[in-house]
Amino acid sequence: MKYNGPLIMNKQRKKTSFFSQKIVRRLPLFTFLVVVLGLSQALAQGTEGDAAKGETLFKNNCASCHKVTAERSVGPGLKGITERRDVPWLVKWIHNPSAMIASGDEYAVKIYNEYNKVQMTSFPNLSEDDIKGILAYIEQANAAPAAQAEATGAPAAGGATAQAGAPSDLFILVLVALLVVMLLVLGVLLVIVTILSKAVGGETTEGSEGTFMTRLRTSLTKVAGNSVVRSATIWVFVLLVVKATIDGAFNVGVQQGYAPKQPIAFSHKLHAGDYKIDCNYCHTGASRSRSAHIPSANICMNCHGVIKKESPEIQKIYEAIENDRPIEWVRVHNLPDLAYFNHAQHVNVGGLQCQQCHGEIEKMEVVQQRSSLTMGWCIDCHRKTDVNTKGNAYYDNLVQLHGQENKGALKVADIGGLECSKCHY
Amino acid sequence: MKNNTKRYWRGLEELRNDESFVKNADREFTEVVPQENKYESLVDGSGTHRRDFLKVLGFGMAAVSLAACETPVKKAVPYLNKPEGEYPTIANWYASTYAEGGDYASILVKTREGRPIKIEPNTLSSVSSGASARVHASLLGLYDVEKLKGPAKGDNSKISWETVDTEITAQLAQIAASGRSIRLVSSTVLSPSTKAAIADFAAKYPTTRHIMYDANSLSALTKANEESFGKLAIPAYDFSKAKVIVGIDADFLGSWISPEAFSKQYAETRRVSSAKDGKKDMSRHYQFESILSLTGSNADYRSAVKPSQIGLVAASLYNKVAAALGGSSISVPSIEAPHLDRAAKELAAARGQALVVCGVNDPAVQTVVNALNGLLGSYGTTIDLGAPLYYRQGDDLAMNAFIDELKGGQVGAVLFYNANPVYDHPRGAELAQALPKIGLSVSFSDRADETASLTKYICPAPHYLESWNDAEPKAGFYSLTQPTISLIYNTRQAQASLLKWAGLNEDYHEYVKAYWRKNMYPQAGSGNFEQFWIKALHDGVFEPNQGATSSAASFSGNLPAAAVSLARNYRASASGLELALYENVGMGTGALANSPWLQEFPEPVTKACWDNFACVSQKTASDLGVEQGDLVKIDLKGKSVELPVLIQPGQANDTVAVAIGYGREKAGKSANGVGKNVYPLASFNGGYLSFAPGEVTLTKAGGSREIAQTQTHDTVMRRASVLQETVLANYQKDPLAGRFIPKVETSEGPKDATDITLWNGHEYKNHSWGMVIDLNSCTGCGACVLGCQSENNVSVVGRQEVINRREMHWIRIDRYYSSDAEADDLKGLEKASENPEVTFQPVMCVHCNNAPCETVCPVLATTHSSEGLNQMTYNRCVGTRYCANNCPYKVRRFNWFKYFDNDDFDYHFNNDLGKMVINPEVTVRSRGVIEKCSMCVQRIQEGKLTARKERRRPIDGEINTACAQTCPTGAITFGDMNDPESAISKILEVEREGRAFHMLEEINTRPQVAFLTKVRNKEALQEANTKA
Repeated sequence: MKYNGPLIMNKQRKKTSFFSQKIVRRLPLFTFLVVVLGLSQALAQGTEGDAAKGETLFKNNCASCHKVTAERSVGPGLKGITERRDVPWLVKWIHNPSAMIASGDEYAVKIYNEYNKVQMTSFPNLSEDDIKGILAYIEQANAAPAAQAEATGAPAAGGATAQAGAPSDLFILVLVALLVVMLLVLGVLLVIVTILSKAVGGETTEGSEGTFMTRLRTSLTKVAGNSVVRSATIWVFVLLVVKATIDGAFNVGVQQGYAPKQPIAFSHKLHAGDYKIDCNYCHTGASRSRSAHIPSANICMNCHGVIKKESPEIQKIYEAIENDRPIEWVRVHNLPDLAYFNHAQHVNVGGLQCQQCHGEIEKMEVVQQRSSLTMGWCIDCHRKTDVNTKGNAYYDNLVQLHGQENKGALKVADIGGLECSKCHY
Repeated sequence: MKNNTKRYWRGLEELRNDESFVKNADREFTEVVPQENKYESLVDGSGTHRRDFLKVLGFGMAAVSLAACETPVKKAVPYLNKPEGEYPTIANWYASTYAEGGDYASILVKTREGRPIKIEPNTLSSVSSGASARVHASLLGLYDVEKLKGPAKGDNSKISWETVDTEITAQLAQIAASGRSIRLVSSTVLSPSTKAAIADFAAKYPTTRHIMYDANSLSALTKANEESFGKLAIPAYDFSKAKVIVGIDADFLGSWISPEAFSKQYAETRRVSSAKDGKKDMSRHYQFESILSLTGSNADYRSAVKPSQIGLVAASLYNKVAAALGGSSISVPSIEAPHLDRAAKELAAARGQALVVCGVNDPAVQTVVNALNGLLGSYGTTIDLGAPLYYRQGDDLAMNAFIDELKGGQVGAVLFYNANPVYDHPRGAELAQALPKIGLSVSFSDRADETASLTKYICPAPHYLESWNDAEPKAGFYSLTQPTISLIYNTRQAQASLLKWAGLNEDYHEYVKAYWRKNMYPQAGSGNFEQFWIKALHDGVFEPNQGATSSAASFSGNLPAAAVSLARNYRASASGLELALYENVGMGTGALANSPWLQEFPEPVTKACWDNFACVSQKTASDLGVEQGDLVKIDLKGKSVELPVLIQPGQANDTVAVAIGYGREKAGKSANGVGKNVYPLASFNGGYLSFAPGEVTLTKAGGSREIAQTQTHDTVMRRASVLQETVLANYQKDPLAGRFIPKVETSEGPKDATDITLWNGHEYKNHSWGMVIDLNSCTGCGACVLGCQSENNVSVVGRQEVINRREMHWIRIDRYYSSDAEADDLKGLEKASENPEVTFQPVMCVHCNNAPCETVCPVLATTHSSEGLNQMTYNRCVGTRYCANNCPYKVRRFNWFKYFDNDDFDYHFNNDLGKMVINPEVTVRSRGVIEKCSMCVQRIQEGKLTARKERRRPIDGEINTACAQTCPTGAITFGDMNDPESAISKILEVEREGRAFHMLEEINTRPQVAFLTKVRNKEALQEANTKA
């Protein structure tokens, strides 16, 4: 493949460069813009990983035990982790800490002993890219406060870069559009400047043809009357509106971050976090049925029959039971009716942790929707996730067949995980 | 279809090549819809104007943007105290019993979050088989908003149970004390506990008598059995042991005694196998009848005889068999009917393996049939008098005596339990006049129906799914009914009311339990009672009499007297136009008429719904100068009824047939005014109810009424290999007989159509779901249609929309007529439709591997799965209907309206209570999307998940579709074709080089659904016809 632009393109993520290639091939005019864009991205990222994605991953998977600073939590603080250990080691460790300890890796054993022999949860689902992203985020998060201290009044670099660091195709398109707009504005300004300078010059040479202001007005009218300028402005406006509409449309019904007030101030942080009550104790359906089940009041009473009976919040449960009026919790996770989701499939068969979708629930005072619950989000996971085939005779033949033809692990997508009728019927 | 010279047609319009038929034949949808009803709604109407559209559009935009601003708050409400064993979103099944007017089925009730949503057959029962259309439809009665909400006294529905009890008890005591009679009128009561409760009531009020009657009576059969064998009962028939079966006006596969159980036995004798040593013989079935019944449609040889001849057919058959086997003959006018000699000859040859059944409610005819069966040695082999059936216990004479008594003013009090005689008794009008004069009249009906509205008190009984009860359909075979939901309205079981009024403990649950402790438990042998009771409740059935040997009996009836009666009542030849009333397979006696599912259920033979009509043969229609849809007036001795004409091939000439069960007036909005009530036209012959009341006159009444028929809505487009059939003799010689194997001409010579393809095919690594449908076992009863409707939330669209060809059923049963005669002119047409052969073929989405629908969908709403399913994604569908137009099997259905939320389609789904019946596992389709059979993908997914949770592969039979599950004859086999041990794989292995064919093989769609050729037990066809 022959590029019109410089080789810096290759440093970009595969997807980005592929997209760029298409543009490059079709419209050489855009090459320059794309390169500029690519540069800005490369500068913003700083490291190889994708920090914005890393942030989400970190918050969903690591934050319950680790802090980005040097401060110790359940596990060690992660500031400067990349200096302490190299990336391959970290990837191995995150994928399977117990194997590392068992293999007698010096540092691993040291950490294990230092933290009272509490073993870190393994995250085999995180790819190497994901981990690099997380590391990038840690670096960035540590760099950000410093940057903030230096440049007073500047916005937090972490947030800004994190946003720029997640370029979707659409986003790039919009950036390109914006650049075009800026160029056009520049062009218009140049025209104006030329006209102005002409006007100013004209005044000195010819002098008598009206005042400066009238001439300026005439020139501006001319500019406004220029069909190129006019159509360019209209196009820019239309593009911006379309972009806003599409963005808006994609977010209709997405309630990420939704954390409504509940009738009883139940704290997951207290129950699941501090007291470490197993999720399945209350959510009896999670490994059994389609719904995870909001616990019935009699489950609360298993403990609160004796504990903290006098608390006004607990009294609400008593009241409900006495009046035979069920508690009306506000639903946080609302999947549309047309989508079928089954907890048992994911928890029992797939062996997923609740946190994978629900976030660090054990840290939430008020439950919040952490994942977007969009179809894209589902499909994305089905593409990446290995099927939990171990010890399940259902999959034996499938694994064997898959092994004969492919090298990689059996993904959910390989056994029809992307088919319509898996979720819509 | 291709391999013989027969001509196939689905309706007379196809045979005639009517203009309207030809015009619509190639269209999936009608172009211009005749609008009888204008659906003038702003959103949901075909009459939406441009301005309305813009208004709605604007409003929609505004609503969406407003809605997007704030999250709508949805509530999640858990149990306060979760019942043990109940997990939200996990279904529970409870064994129970359906018993309605003597119809019986042992069932499993599927409940979700405590509400019953589906009825499935209980396979532990050896008495009932499958679940009929009516059993499925009975579910809707539970969620009927038109039922009474509590007891009522006249118009006062605010009255309390206490007041009702006090008032009724006082009056009963007074009536009993004064010695005036108390009468309890009911349809057949199958429940021994209920009978005991009635006996307890009678003990308290000694003037009480219990009178049972049946709307479609078998009173004469029991009477004849008493005379012939000394047993007032219906014997148990076993069709599975019969080699030759003769039916005389007995629709034993459709409406006679227990059609589902008989269908199962019958199908066993019809099944053949192409395996090397497989079964290659079948029973032979003769049918003599007036109308073309479902049973007649399945017969090998069928003769159409007029109702006035039918008794003589039985007598002639007797005489011919007696001549062959050396019995005494009777003197009756002889009659000539086609196939009569052959039937007699074969019956005599198959002595001990023969069975003659007769549905005529005349003791004389039944006596002759008893004598005939006695001659044939059927008692002890195919008929068992030792274990009688209790399905029909009505006594016509007692009921008539009761009406006389009532009119004479001798009755002090009358109670109606499961009975609506004002509607369904021929003397209903007399009853209606006499009832208001009775001092105390009580009905236990769930609504103010035709009878209940005339009674002083209505003490509504709950639906059977809210009740305790038991049943004994056959001697020594018991089953239990248990509630699957707590009472929806303020109702009380009739038995509890009776017990209460008798001054006893009104807890009927305890009563049933005590009755079982006393009467059934001793038959169990061992174990403690609680265990016995729990097991009986769990299984739903208790069958101590299973495995009992059948007993023989010797005929001792009075044949000469019967002969005299026959000679008096029947004539060998009669020229007048005669009326024949019949019970429709779906609607039955009309007790469940307010179920929209049942109203829209296409009657198996006519394929008509939402109406009853006057069926006449083509010849009679020509003679009378009437055409299909013409309104005619049928006059019978001063009583008359106005009905549209339906031309029915195969019906006896000079006979007009009308179905009972229609013309309800006070049943509810789905039933009221649908069709006409013809019970008043029935007559009494020697006190016995007769559905052949004699000669009528038929005159044009002017005007016409279109009949909603589903049949000709889809055509086969003159494609030849849709249906494949042969006769037994040919099949025995060559298992491939009747098969059409298409060849395609190529440059390399002729090739199999399936060898040439543009497609890459699909690879199924995991499962390959498929279906095999045995056309020989399928009787066409249509139970699957409603089983599917119930499982998949299929909408009811109403009469007008069926006429508009927009019915929604996912599975339909195509009914083909065929005959050798050419129908080029009117005479030929009469000949062709005189007595055609009938074939039934259930058709649902066949899940093509090379699916024509998938390629034309512009939005990929219909795609192929890795398990062989053709998936339909409603939320992606934009409603172009390209797929439906491109589907060669015509199985895709379009939602023209938002049926579940539209007041124009008021069929249970658009009120909150009615919506309770919706299966939460299946999306309720909205307006503007296509839907079709999904092969019950929700069940497949659930079954696979269960297997995965248990870390194993699914077991064959564990996952089943609703249609296959409910089929009484097991004609549909569903399973994983990748599993070599599955039933479907085994059938296909045997039949692949035999009877298995795919519909339209020549277009190489490669369906996952295969059919097995229909084999008729007829004489071999001409050699030239068999091998094309």
